[in-house]
Amino acid sequence: MGAFKLGNMTFGSLFKKPETVKYPVEKKPQPEGLKGLIAIDVNNCILCGMCDRSCPTDCITVDKAESYWSIDRFACIQCNYCVTVCPKGCLSMRPDYAPAGATRQALRFDVPKQEKAAKKETPKAEPKQAEAKAEKAPEESKPACASADVRDEVLEAKLAGMDPEKASKVRAALGL
Amino acid sequence: MGKKSVIPFGPQHPVLPEPLHLDLVVEDEVVIEATPQIGFVHRGLERLVQTRDYNQFIYVAERICGICAFGHSMGYAETIERLMGVEIPKRAEYLRVIWHELSRVHSHILWLGLAADAFGHEALFMHCWRLRERVLDLFEKTTGGRVIFSVVKVGGVQRDIDASMLNQFVSVLEGIMGEYQQICRAFLEDSSVRNRTSGVGVISTERALDLSMVGPFARASNVPYDVRSLGNGAYGDLSDFQPIVSSNCDCYARMEVRAAEVIQSIAIIKELAAKIPAGDIAVPVKGAPAVDSEACNVVEQPRGECYYYAKGNGTKYLDRMRMRTPTSQNLAGMAVALNGCDIADVNMIVLTIDPCISCTER
Ligand code: SF4
Ligand code: SF4
Repeated sequence: MGAFKLGNMTFGSLFKKPETVKYPVEKKPQPEGLKGLIAIDVNNCILCGMCDRSCPTDCITVDKAESYWSIDRFACIQCNYCVTVCPKGCLSMRPDYAPAGATRQALRFDVPKQEKAAKKETPKAEPKQAEAKAEKAPEESKPACASADVRDEVLEAKLAGMDPEKASKVRAALGL
Repeated sequence: MGKKSVIPFGPQHPVLPEPLHLDLVVEDEVVIEATPQIGFVHRGLERLVQTRDYNQFIYVAERICGICAFGHSMGYAETIERLMGVEIPKRAEYLRVIWHELSRVHSHILWLGLAADAFGHEALFMHCWRLRERVLDLFEKTTGGRVIFSVVKVGGVQRDIDASMLNQFVSVLEGIMGEYQQICRAFLEDSSVRNRTSGVGVISTERALDLSMVGPFARASNVPYDVRSLGNGAYGDLSDFQPIVSSNCDCYARMEVRAAEVIQSIAIIKELAAKIPAGDIAVPVKGAPAVDSEACNVVEQPRGECYYYAKGNGTKYLDRMRMRTPTSQNLAGMAVALNGCDIADVNMIVLTIDPCISCTER
């Protein structure tokens, strides 16, 4: 019995490094598998709409007629379900948190039409395995640039909306 | 004898993490009756089975509770697997249990912090939550989330934990052990804490059984009921499992039980990490639950037994999904424990059932 059982620990804390980091100057490293935001590799997307139909929060919209894929990042719950259902493997979960936004709007990605048409015609004659391989290769190299694109796009859109002085400060802080 | 008066307590109250309202009938600073009232955060999650198919609903199920998120996704997935007669790989069962026990560690440490806050020990509260961060970091590394993990799916799990990561689990948990034991000493041996908790909110074993209390709240009243001892999934492979009980039946006992359960969970994680078999982590699940098929399941959540019931109707959408959460079982016990207590002890007693009102109302 006796009081001050936590004395040692509390006293010890006086001489320890703080547990918290000085955000935003210092940031905690983000683990690789972090569920941050959904990125799309538009060149691979066939606009099949599987992701649209399976998203539990209906935050993805796929429009075949206008050839675009869009996502409402405010509604996305980072469940990763769309990534698992996409038949072309063109969605990926990036380990960066989605940037904060002041207005709520869906981000729109135009899916190039001509590439799709070309793809549809060529692989038909080839055996299935070759087709799968051909698609896998670009997939692996793509996501990194896709995510950078997504971030830059969002950032630029936001910076354009800010007053110039503030925007330059933000740029400086982000090291752009 | 003083005059009777009614003091409203909650739904917003500094000690309550969640909205619970109590009407406390008080006489001379002693509570003579407490009437709980809930219904402030009803979200209608069970009804969502009508518009989300059984694969999508797992992401709804884990949002029932922010602390037992993993347990709910696991409980739901197990229920659907029973409904559809799916057998999942052994490795997936092990991974589920490892994560589930890890979430018990984080839930109990979180609760210990809240309890410290309730009796006014701020430093203890902060040290508890500091340790909990280590556990959350493990979650973040393996599942990609800190609170909601979305890592279970019907038929298995979505991510694997490799051997080096499992070793890291064990070393991190062993690493916090020293500090955790110091914290436990503060909870269990400090006289100021003991004065605040012993003999407060006593519920006898018979009364606990009458009131169908579950979880650490019941085990602290010497009811040796723990769903884990049924040996579902990887729990069946444990070399030994004994529910942790205490015979003190008061707030101190509830702290004691939870503090010991953290150590028990760490031991379970260590044992399973050493035993985990290699193999697949999921099996594909196709089709839909049959018409009028029914399944039920129980899972030991950090707060106690949670019951799941599912009914299929031949489509991908379930006919009915029901959960009965531990707090709804324990509210009656809380109202009884409050009878005759000092008004200053109300927050301590309310907290010792570890109320999770959002789960209860879903
Ligand atoms: S992202 Fe994938 S699932 Fe979604 S429309 Fe494109 S190809 Fe289909
Ligand atoms: S991660 Fe989940 S919520 Fe987000 S877009 Fe994909 S399916 Fe929808």
